[in-house]
Amino acid sequence: MTDHRALYGAMLRIRMVEEEIASRYAEQEMRCPVHLSIGQEGPSAAFSLVAEVKDFAISTHRAHAHYLAKGGNLGAMIAEIYGKVTGCSKGVGGSMHLADKSVGFMGSSAIVGNSIPVGVGLGLAAKRQKNQAISWIFLGDGATEEGVYYESVNFAVLKQLPVVFVCENNGFSVYSDESVRRPKQQTIPDVAESLGCVSISVDGNDAQAALEALKSVSARVRDGQGPALIELHTFRQREHCGPNFDDDLGYRSEEYLDKWKLRDPLDLLRSKMTGADDAKWIEETQSKIATEIDVAFSEAKEARFPTLQECKELVYA
Amino acid sequence: MPENAREITFADAVQEATAEAMRDDESVILYGLGVNDPGRVFGTTAGLVEEFGPERVFETPTAENAMTGIAVGAAIAGVKTIVTHQRFDFFLLAMDQLVNSAAKWRYMFGGQFEVPVVFRLITGRGWGQGPTHSQSYHSWLAHVPGLKVVMPSNALDAKALLKASIEDPNPVVFIENRWLHQTTSLVTKGSEPGELGKSRVVAGGDSITIVAMGYGVVEALRACNELKKLNIHCEVIDLRTLSPLDIQTIAESVTKTRRLLVVDLAPETGSIAHTIKTRVESGFRPMELPYTGVLCGLDIPEPTSHGATMNFHVDAGAIFLKAQTILGSVSSIPNQLNSFPNDVPPQGAFGPF
Repeated sequence: MTDHRALYGAMLRIRMVEEEIASRYAEQEMRCPVHLSIGQEGPSAAFSLVAEVKDFAISTHRAHAHYLAKGGNLGAMIAEIYGKVTGCSKGVGGSMHLADKSVGFMGSSAIVGNSIPVGVGLGLAAKRQKNQAISWIFLGDGATEEGVYYESVNFAVLKQLPVVFVCENNGFSVYSDESVRRPKQQTIPDVAESLGCVSISVDGNDAQAALEALKSVSARVRDGQGPALIELHTFRQREHCGPNFDDDLGYRSEEYLDKWKLRDPLDLLRSKMTGADDAKWIEETQSKIATEIDVAFSEAKEARFPTLQECKELVYA
Repeated sequence: MPENAREITFADAVQEATAEAMRDDESVILYGLGVNDPGRVFGTTAGLVEEFGPERVFETPTAENAMTGIAVGAAIAGVKTIVTHQRFDFFLLAMDQLVNSAAKWRYMFGGQFEVPVVFRLITGRGWGQGPTHSQSYHSWLAHVPGLKVVMPSNALDAKALLKASIEDPNPVVFIENRWLHQTTSLVTKGSEPGELGKSRVVAGGDSITIVAMGYGVVEALRACNELKKLNIHCEVIDLRTLSPLDIQTIAESVTKTRRLLVVDLAPETGSIAHTIKTRVESGFRPMELPYTGVLCGLDIPEPTSHGATMNFHVDAGAIFLKAQTILGSVSSIPNQLNSFPNDVPPQGAFGPF
């Protein structure tokens, strides 16, 4: 029950933030590419319940959900997307370059696969600290085709680092489906297993299944038994980059879309929340989140832009 | 001569700087292919694993790109990392992690992180090093905001600047020419770190300013000695750091000499030599412009055949001639600068390396 509400609340917050970004994007004040996580909230919600403050996390171009799930400051994220000096990256990073060091969210990168070795390096540092911290590395399915992914998994296994590779597989690298990118018989967990990395695959839109999987995997990793990979199958509801739906382009089959549209992670969990006061709890939670979002957006809009001199001062420590 | 100073090689100075930095700061680690092998990266990592243990000094998979990103990750979590590469050319596999991660992790997250990583890169020259064992893209790397680029020319600076690079909170690329490893200087144990971003006048003169970097300084000083016999007194400036670039020291010298020659052993197109020339010129009024020139390598990869490299390298003879061109004088290369064989260092033949 607690898990239901905690999971649902975490997903709802991400969904409402992303939808607010989408609905305001046409105002053209958020002038940077945005890769929304709408439809992919399950893994992040589960992660938010399993990750500890001392843990590190690192992400990709589609980082909003991961940043929020690790406890990253919402107002600083929205201000960042607006390019304001109050943003988490002082406005120089934008949507794809989010970090909140105070909660161990150590960055996200626009370059596919780029943050994977950085996350392994955080795992190396975590192991040296001997405090049972984990480095969580979020990646997409496309990133597993990059050479640096293999190099990184190999090193993590070789050194038995406390690293969890969290692969959100939404089936598409922009418009390219898995069939044009990988032999049919090859799966992401099989390849990782063959490199010596314990791997499992779950339905990422079933937030409870994701939670159970992350719990079991992270317990093992925290215990010093080496890295693990968890593949979470999921579905990107909107376009690769931007606030719109793009199913009119026809790159995803009707059959595929029909299957996944019945599997919205919030709807799936909501259907299990049948308690007497669940509906009321959801309504109250929505209202609280809406207020939080309103504050975040209005503060972001009011803040000023960074000056070029301020940018210059960030280049070197 | 400073107290306790003794003559040691550039390779030993690199080793000593590393050992002293690791003794002073437990957060420093070192890794790379060959750091613990019998050769110990040309002796530069000798004795380190024995003193600091395999948790701090270790061999790695042959995975240049990931090992670069791993250094960035460790660094932003407070582990100061030194990464070694026996040839610059192999480091080219790591450009994504160098440019998009190391150089940006501070900037693109609003200054939340420091990235204390040193990448030690060794450049080959001659003895058939050829197209993929002799490249030095220091000018490329100086083009990347967020990186510091250091290129020492002697053992004393190698030690001082490597210690400074390890202490620095930014990513530093530290470039060693293989021909310098056996050169010697007077170096003190336990010496203080140097300062990045400062060039140094290594020979005083008032006829012409010659700026060089890395092994180019050795050749420039050889040319300088011969030019002195013609009553041409060169002021030789060892650049030491390409980024940050110390234009001020050079400009002050050119104000005195009114003539500038910038020497770079790497190919001419895109060379930092042109940047230095242009920046120095921009400090003068049009009617008061000094005479300036650059001497760079050919826009050709180094051929492997030692026969084909006869006239390939920028050396003291070429510097001798180019300086005279700028001064408007003509004198042929003296025998002392006609070194043969030309594919090994002038201080003595050895190979392979």
